[in-house]
Amino acid sequence: MRSSKLISVVPRTLPESHLYSFHFIPTLRSIDFFQSLSAYVAVSMSRQPYVTGTSVLGLIYEGGVLIAADTAGSYGSTTRFKSVERMKAVSNNTLLGASGEISDFQAITQLLDRLIVADAMWDDGNDLGPLDIHNYLTRVMYNRRNKFDPLWNTLILGGVKNGVKHLGSVSMIGVHYVDNHIATGFGIHLAQPIFREEWKENMTLEEGTRLLEKALLVLFYRDRSAINKIQVANVTEDGVHISQPYALKSEWNLEAFKNPTASAAGSW
Amino acid sequence: MRSWKLAKMSMVFAPRLAESAPTSHVGASWSPYDNNGGTCVAIAGADYCVIAADTRMSTGFSILTRDYSKIHHITEKCVLASSGFQADVRSLQKNLDARHQIYQHQHSKQMSCPAMAQLLSNTLYYKRFFPYYSFNVLGGLDNEGKGCVYTYDAVGSYERSGYSSQGSGQTLIMPVLDNQLKSASPLVLPPRESSTPLTESEAVDLIKDTFASAAERDIYTGDGVEIVIINKEGIRRETMALKRD
Repeated sequence: MRSSKLISVVPRTLPESHLYSFHFIPTLRSIDFFQSLSAYVAVSMSRQPYVTGTSVLGLIYEGGVLIAADTAGSYGSTTRFKSVERMKAVSNNTLLGASGEISDFQAITQLLDRLIVADAMWDDGNDLGPLDIHNYLTRVMYNRRNKFDPLWNTLILGGVKNGVKHLGSVSMIGVHYVDNHIATGFGIHLAQPIFREEWKENMTLEEGTRLLEKALLVLFYRDRSAINKIQVANVTEDGVHISQPYALKSEWNLEAFKNPTASAAGSW
Repeated sequence: MRSWKLAKMSMVFAPRLAESAPTSHVGASWSPYDNNGGTCVAIAGADYCVIAADTRMSTGFSILTRDYSKIHHITEKCVLASSGFQADVRSLQKNLDARHQIYQHQHSKQMSCPAMAQLLSNTLYYKRFFPYYSFNVLGGLDNEGKGCVYTYDAVGSYERSGYSSQGSGQTLIMPVLDNQLKSASPLVLPPRESSTPLTESEAVDLIKDTFASAAERDIYTGDGVEIVIINKEGIRRETMALKRD
């Protein structure tokens, strides 16, 4: 019997097979083919996210880069985990923050750890800077997209090297850009407009942090996957410092909340 | 091969993987493509070429950044402007750069614009069955120093012309260019050198006007326009602000 050399994988048994329902799929999408193929061989294709993080925000200030995110890991509509690290120092002058699938983010940080170690072992007086890591991650994300097996994240990369500040974003299909202020997910809709109005050149650490917190508060009010437990990371030429998680002061003592159905006849 | 055939046969009847994540939609379907918008224009003159593109990068109804360059200098005399899916555009640019480096090593000279035009076409067609979602306009000076513009679709069919536009504002700009630049029949005497009677500065002004017009009605065009002018003196760059709404 000739063995298939097409894909060198091991056929796997699916633990929850009794839960799968059988449907006739009259479509011709290549994605359907791949998904159904993965029932027989361990080919992971496309997938969907399971435990996800919501927005990450970043901005450039006079001393470097500030990046912030909350610490929630959602499982669909449930807030399953409340102490998830969504930002990690990549090297001593670069920080990576991620929204989207948490396990993919953790895989990326492991990949970057190996990359940084391999680069440091050259010991040639030059280390990978934030721009290099940004370009590298863009290639990683794009190449996974080409194989129809994306890492389900939108990444924010910030850092300082030789006085040059860098802040950029990479999406799960490889779309990337650089700007003075960046946001992912809901932050694009809620935080970026605030940044566009209030960001200016050479903000102090204090001003930058306040601006980030203002945006995070809006996100806590309006993004249902956000929680009021945030971390703010400060990346300068000298190093990366991620704060301990803390809460923002939020205001819920509003009339409309006290008696929400006051003006709705027939409600309770 | 037998298990592969079995898998293919069972393709239509295979179990639909019920989602094990508590989301309401059945299986996330993601697209490997996105349209990041933007418009590119190029006009070729007797001894110059003007290439321009707006600087807005969008996704869906959001603006990602207002200051992203869609213009890429591939060779000394050749500039590529591309709109469409930004990740594919960037990957295409890097691909051409690498090929150009190899060419320079092998031929001890830069690629000419017509040569790069053919290379771009071949590179695009190479991915005919998973295309670069990239709408390109290549502009520069040909081997005789005359302006040339090559215009492409996403899979590599191309044509040299006197002027072209591609991207989200193409349908708004092209008729204006046709009105201003389209030559009469080539049988008309005296024979004309190029299809653009404009001077370099007139061409630049025309481009500024067309972008300002496109930015009015095309939501993906705006923020700013970057204009690159190539002539025998070299390459020069201008920018102009556009409406940010």
